[in-house]
Amino acid sequence: MAIFLTETSRVVVQGLTGAEGMKHTRRMLRSGTTVVGGVNPRKAGTSVEFDDGVTVPVFGSVSDAMAEVSPDVSVIFVPAKFAKDAVFEAVDAGMPLVVVITEGCAVHDTADFFQYARNAGTTRIIGPNCPGLISPGRSNAGIIPADIAGAGPIGLVSKSGTLTYQMMYELRDIGFSSAVGIGGDPIIGTTHIDVLEAFEADPETKAIVMIGEIGGDAEERAAAYIAEHVSTPVVGYVAGFTAPEGKTMGHAGAIVSGSSGTAQAKKEALEAAGVKVGRTPSETARLMREVIASL
Amino acid sequence: MDLFEYQARDLFAAHGVPVLPAEIATSPEAARAAAQALRGTVVVKAQVKTGGRGKAGGVRLARTPKEAEAHAAAILGSDINGHTVRTVMVAEAASIAEEYYFSVLLDRANRGYLAMASREGGMDIERLAVERPEALARVRVDALEGIDAAKAAEIVAVAGLPAEVADAVAAVIVTIWGVFTAEDATLVEINPLVRTTDGAIIALDGKVTLDDNATFRHHEHERYVDHSATDPLEAKAVERGLNYVKLDGSVGVIGNGAGLVMSTLDVVARAGEAHGGVRPANFLDIGGGASAEVMADGLDIILNDPQVRSVFVNVFGGITACDAVAGGIVRALGLLGERNDKITRPVVVRLDGNNADLGRKILSEADLPHLEQADTMDGGASRAAELAARKA
Repeated sequence: MAIFLTETSRVVVQGLTGAEGMKHTRRMLRSGTTVVGGVNPRKAGTSVEFDDGVTVPVFGSVSDAMAEVSPDVSVIFVPAKFAKDAVFEAVDAGMPLVVVITEGCAVHDTADFFQYARNAGTTRIIGPNCPGLISPGRSNAGIIPADIAGAGPIGLVSKSGTLTYQMMYELRDIGFSSAVGIGGDPIIGTTHIDVLEAFEADPETKAIVMIGEIGGDAEERAAAYIAEHVSTPVVGYVAGFTAPEGKTMGHAGAIVSGSSGTAQAKKEALEAAGVKVGRTPSETARLMREVIASL
Repeated sequence: MDLFEYQARDLFAAHGVPVLPAEIATSPEAARAAAQALRGTVVVKAQVKTGGRGKAGGVRLARTPKEAEAHAAAILGSDINGHTVRTVMVAEAASIAEEYYFSVLLDRANRGYLAMASREGGMDIERLAVERPEALARVRVDALEGIDAAKAAEIVAVAGLPAEVADAVAAVIVTIWGVFTAEDATLVEINPLVRTTDGAIIALDGKVTLDDNATFRHHEHERYVDHSATDPLEAKAVERGLNYVKLDGSVGVIGNGAGLVMSTLDVVARAGEAHGGVRPANFLDIGGGASAEVMADGLDIILNDPQVRSVFVNVFGGITACDAVAGGIVRALGLLGERNDKITRPVVVRLDGNNADLGRKILSEADLPHLEQADTMDGGASRAAELAARKA
């Protein structure tokens, strides 16, 4: 099965004609993703040619793309100052899944577009400031390199892009059902809990690796959720034990405030919920191997 | 970005939140002049971005300009919780009848905002929240609906503020929401929000945190960047657009991606336990791209840190292949060799992921005297820690 993204997913790219949009659309196509269109109001009616003669039409709006090519996933690469309008447009068009790759979104914009999607009730948002998600061998919506690992029984959810890549690489011989990069911003559309819930319901996912980092209490809440609702084995990793209080560590949401948001508290909460937590990415991968071997 | 109290006060005034007249001063003489201009009793308040100023003697009442000058002389240059006081705010003293608390902040868990209010202002609100949570009202705020007059009235009612001030406080709350939303703040806190003996509602002290990601529509916020408090290496990193945080150890760290770099710091600190407690010297995320120029800038900053005794470059080639990164490292060390006549501290490089073999080959063939390679992240961290622990 895989979650959120399957071989039948039809992807439209908002911001396809920009440098990042072009680069990653090419990569998505190469990894077998069905990219059915791009959106740019100034280039409506044109098309972009990629490798092997693949041509992707450009539409003036998401709703035009919806009417013409019926996408069910939108991947957003527009600059931060246009991200809110782009998400509003996708929600208005009834897009079921919107993946916001854009980095540096103002958090008020994210709060607005998340609430807008919540009110509409028909759109799941992943991100912003995330690498997107991949269901290896099926579809790839975002910037996760498709050649790190193939399909397999592990589900992965992570706040961090490069730790996603690192963990996929460590476990590349086992493979993944889906890997979801939820992003490291203070407000995100899809949380660890949302992804855990989807993996729990996915018969193909036999074990889950969950990667967290300092800031907020999403990992603590995920731990409580795991204790109550997740029977699939979960292995965890938390980054940021060395982070000083009050400093933002790269991701806008990665900050220890006073005594809250520490890596230690997250690790303890996960362990209390029966999750094995690795102290390094490699140790986490070893723990996952043990879990897979015991299935 | 956290603001000083006087900066928060200026923002409040600009958005119609009632505040008292005040001036800032950086010398005792200027404090005296400010007190003279304000007339009457004033309060001299240390401007530091930390709590507990009052207890540390950083807030003092002055009945005369001369007294204000003496207080400023005592406060300026003093240390409050590790912060040196460089500025004081001289403000008209209020005649306080009651103190309340109000804040609006980002609510990560509910993915919106949260308003908090209490009729017991003035004290440490984190303590109040723990000791008597029932005294602190929490009301969720919908991002799109915001706080209008009706929502403000709801907050005031939930907090149980006295009926005679309810309307006036609600009106002030609407103006505070105006600050929060118009300025792209992630926190606006008024503590205390006071009723004066003549019945006015005044924001007597405030804390504001602005969203660094919103500077694209707030170029004016750049004036709040506090260069005096920034570490010189951090300031240099900011100039070059690098994501750098100075720490206190001796292993310089460079990596790509915030999560991987945080993880690298942890792995270095753990490895350092076996080498007399060696710790990482910094956080530096050069981003997914990892170009030669960015790598050179990063290495330059790290090698300018006199505390650094070894460097660990930890790169996972995802979007950017390792051969490109390796080329970048070789060119970076070349560039630095030109900029800086000697690079004598050892650099340990771990490349993994896309085209790792090619990248490693490029580094081996470059045959750089102070560069060595590691096969794994854990191994590289351990080696860098060991090198940092060696006697000079």
